[in-house]
Amino acid sequence: MYTASDLRKGLKIVLDGQPYIVSDFEFSKPGKGQALYRCKLKNMVTGYTMDRTYRSGDKFEPANLDELHMQFLYKDAEGFHFMDTVKFDQVALSEEQVGDAKNFLKENMEVDVLFFDGNPISISLPIFVELLVTWAEPGIKGDTATGATKPVTLETGHVIQVPLFIEQGEILKIDTRTGQYVERVKK
Amino acid sequence: MPEPSIETFSLTLLDGSKRYLIPSPELHMKPLIAYGFEKIFQITHVFRRDERGPRHLPEFSLLEWYRTGATYRKLMEDCEDLVGRAAMAVKKEGFAAPLDISRPFERIPIREAFMKSAGWDPGPDPDPERFDFDLVTQVEPSLSRTRPVFLYDYPAALASLARLKNDDPNVSERAELYLGGIEIANGFTELTDHDEQSRRFREDSRLRKKLGLSEYPWPKDFLQALMHMPPCAGMALGIDRLVMVLTGAQAIDDVVSFVEG
Repeated sequence: MYTASDLRKGLKIVLDGQPYIVSDFEFSKPGKGQALYRCKLKNMVTGYTMDRTYRSGDKFEPANLDELHMQFLYKDAEGFHFMDTVKFDQVALSEEQVGDAKNFLKENMEVDVLFFDGNPISISLPIFVELLVTWAEPGIKGDTATGATKPVTLETGHVIQVPLFIEQGEILKIDTRTGQYVERVKK
Repeated sequence: MPEPSIETFSLTLLDGSKRYLIPSPELHMKPLIAYGFEKIFQITHVFRRDERGPRHLPEFSLLEWYRTGATYRKLMEDCEDLVGRAAMAVKKEGFAAPLDISRPFERIPIREAFMKSAGWDPGPDPDPERFDFDLVTQVEPSLSRTRPVFLYDYPAALASLARLKNDDPNVSERAELYLGGIEIANGFTELTDHDEQSRRFREDSRLRKKLGLSEYPWPKDFLQALMHMPPCAGMALGIDRLVMVLTGAQAIDDVVSFVEG
């Protein structure tokens, strides 16, 4: 068990059967009063954030979380299927659990799958991924300095904004934290 | 001092006896008043265990001052003088925190602040847990971020070392200064009644025991001195926090030279 004085940014705890991560934390204490621990807690399944204030005596159950490196296999009606590349165990996550990561997820990509009490709850992509442009309007030569952008479609079906010189069939490096184009990958 | 909410650092000397780093200079300044000093101040480092955060350091600088023949009202004026001058000095150095330090500072009876922000009347003897919780989560966030504010007339049961008000024994003559929404100073018209102070200390000791906290030595000399102490008022002001707010720093770590952890 954790007590309130163990609370700090990054600590993972269970509340009402759900795993939460302390995303912000502040120690607070009136000069003549008791210590209070003010937290922002992020639900690790839904991503929903809430504010809570705890007292010294409050206790918390540590969240039993594991992260496994897995490979994305395919998507079907059941959801997104991933495989442990060492033990070959497979798990499926729903579209909601995969969330925005699905925009940059392609077959055979290796990701980290987070498990809570043995059940998969979310995935995290590598920071940078490389994806093929499957559709783009023809480029306009020489127009590289204006900062103007155009939409292109990636092999995942997701559309992002890129500089005008990007052409269909090129491979792009994308930052999955921001979902933004980084650079062209020479192949 | 058997305060239930402050933990001290203790040291063991070579002869095995126990000593404490001061959490406040109060116990040693009041006897000086009893000896006949009329206006005294001290800037000192004080030490409080288990207090660490963006506004807390376990070792910090405290300015504490006492005036005989004065009440907490005079202390509030002292604060207006001091904060006003400090703000000017800091501004001269080129810092421009978005504060309006014009006098008089706002003064809100704490009862009023609670009724308005927390929706209940703390009365003379509120549940201390509920009081602190709502103070931190409801009342303090509602205070002005740009204007200094005094909260004053605290519930009698939370008086600690403050005198009760003559015309309203439900409240004590205690005031706290908030600047940028942060607690900067705490002071009161001092209780000079030896018997009443002994009674409150005994109660605090019992509470410490109940909470499973260590026992502090009984402040015999302090209580002795209280018998000879003239009417006076004293205030304690956190210097690091004042500097922090006036310079617009986000964390207390930014205004001290060396911090651990």
